[in-house]
Amino acid sequence: MSTLENGIRCSPAIHAPGERQITFGQAIREAIAEEMARDESVFVIGEDVAAAGSVFKVLVGLLDEFGPERVIDSPISEAGIAGIGVGAAITGMRPIVDIMFGDFTTLVMDQLVNQAAKTHYMSGGKLTVPMVLRTTLGASRRSAAQHSQSLHALFSHIPGLKVALPATPYDAKGLMKSAIRDENPVVIFEDKMLYQEQGPVPEEEYTLPLGQADVKRTGDDITIVATSSMVYVALEAVDKLASIGISAELIDPRTTTPLDADTLVRSARKTSRALVLDEGYRQYGVTGEIASVIADGAFYYLDAPVKRIGAMNVPVPFSPAMEDLTIPNADYVVETVKSLCG
Amino acid sequence: MSETNDTNPSLTDLDAEHWLQAYEQMVKIRTFEETANELYTSARMPGITHLYIGEEAIAVGICEALRQDDYITSTHRGHGHCLAKGAALDKMFAELLGKEAGYCRGKGGSMHIADQETGNLGANGIVGGSAGIATGAGMSIKLRGTDQVSVCFFGDGALGQGLLYESMNMAQLWKLPVIYVCENNQYGEYTHNSKAAAGSMVGRAAGFGVHAQAIDGQDIRTVHATARLVIDRARKGGGPAFLVCNTYRFRGHHVGDIDRPYRTREEEAEWAKRDPLTLLEDWLLKSKQAEENVLERIRQEVKTAVDDAVAFAEEASFPSESEVDNHVYA
Repeated sequence: MSTLENGIRCSPAIHAPGERQITFGQAIREAIAEEMARDESVFVIGEDVAAAGSVFKVLVGLLDEFGPERVIDSPISEAGIAGIGVGAAITGMRPIVDIMFGDFTTLVMDQLVNQAAKTHYMSGGKLTVPMVLRTTLGASRRSAAQHSQSLHALFSHIPGLKVALPATPYDAKGLMKSAIRDENPVVIFEDKMLYQEQGPVPEEEYTLPLGQADVKRTGDDITIVATSSMVYVALEAVDKLASIGISAELIDPRTTTPLDADTLVRSARKTSRALVLDEGYRQYGVTGEIASVIADGAFYYLDAPVKRIGAMNVPVPFSPAMEDLTIPNADYVVETVKSLCG
Repeated sequence: MSETNDTNPSLTDLDAEHWLQAYEQMVKIRTFEETANELYTSARMPGITHLYIGEEAIAVGICEALRQDDYITSTHRGHGHCLAKGAALDKMFAELLGKEAGYCRGKGGSMHIADQETGNLGANGIVGGSAGIATGAGMSIKLRGTDQVSVCFFGDGALGQGLLYESMNMAQLWKLPVIYVCENNQYGEYTHNSKAAAGSMVGRAAGFGVHAQAIDGQDIRTVHATARLVIDRARKGGGPAFLVCNTYRFRGHHVGDIDRPYRTREEEAEWAKRDPLTLLEDWLLKSKQAEENVLERIRQEVKTAVDDAVAFAEEASFPSESEVDNHVYA
């Protein structure tokens, strides 16, 4: 994981001097607490969310603030709590279902894919499922193959679901608040390695639309599309590229479904080159879809094939000596960009 | 369960009008299903469908004990639950035929009929798939502080699904007002439950401390009396219940399953002696609560209503092409 000292360029409104700095985890917690205070139909259910404040301590204090009726410790029953989320959402509540590790989302597949995603459509628009399922992604915690995956591509594939992957505290808070207010099931993937990272977040109320990419850096020679933690890897690469005279534009789509294709295509038409970076497995990953969208929309403007970088197609190994090899890093991004711009 | 409990409805305190209404609902389901079968065999209905014939006493016995604002979740064999909870025949047939006038604008079909106006949270094509949804509705009821009840219908095939046990565990932990109704029609698709369900069926729920009992699912009076007791208990905060309603799927797994090589004609004939409609008819006549001409009039009125509903559905329009990507997102 690269350093965050790069200083992400956020939208001007939140870049003012003296801006409050909070962590990614605090931003998530604030978003949930604000929405729970605003709307009594919002509640949180999951393993160790109440008394423990979640294993990553993101939800500490929520139990005291809102009580055990609305911050509910569940048994270790991922499918069951996801089902409870669907049923509660259909009948007037706005549940936030907490799935501790993204790897465990495989246990809730039927409830998300066959139930939550399809209920609105199958009922001809009568029923809605305003539910948030928040979970994690990302390797590099030396947690091995069942606690390290980035499985957002699985859900991005499914019509009826929305999928968000915030990279900054600002994006995390704004996207979480929008997800809670959304009438559809939204899956939010939070990178475990980002929870302690700081960034500017205004005191004032704000939300961010689901489906709007954010240009983290502007540039002219190549468009780098990066998601979640890979935004930081890309930022490090962008700085290195700048030192050798390559100007890269960095765009974070922030949501894979819906995908802000216009912003991606516009940028690629401008720079004539594109590289897509994501921590999911490379094979059939979201990089494939994004690269295809760019290739379709910008083909006649491109000077090189659209390249993509993902996690190595292996189960995430435990040993640090091996794990680090499987995750994209800035040097590899730089080398790939140089080959495209050569 | 006592039938003479002063605080709860018993078999004997319901008047003839009530039972005739229940009879009409059962006849409606039977006639609907026979007609759906005809629509299939005459190639007037797309796809296949799963018939509820033989199990009518359960849906009607339970739903007659519910209020309109109570919830149900249903199954792939769900027409009976939908009708018993108050669905209209014309919109049901229109949905089966894939018409825009159907309950789901033709997007759901036979296996996915939902109607929030009657509390029907949807039939489900995944066996056991609605156990979580019904339990979530129970959670919602608790959090909103209403006195509604949520009923989860499922077949004995769903006893093989883990979600059911996760759900019952949480319902009991949190005393949610959910009634789990296992329609034990003996077969999960083509396999007898003796090959699929080890041990005791009621014991599965009893292990969680859930009130559990097995009852005769062919006798609507038993089903209804039991339903009123457990529903009333759940409404008052007493927590979930699990009913195994022993019944029989008189037809095949679906309309195309006509040979049924996995079971004998003798077994079917034995169960046919306990047709739930006949049992109720016999009791109504013997107890002199209705004359045969009254029952016949009900059957004729239902037949006319079903014919009208089919005509409506057949004349209704298919959805326009623009409808195909409508309602993917709210």
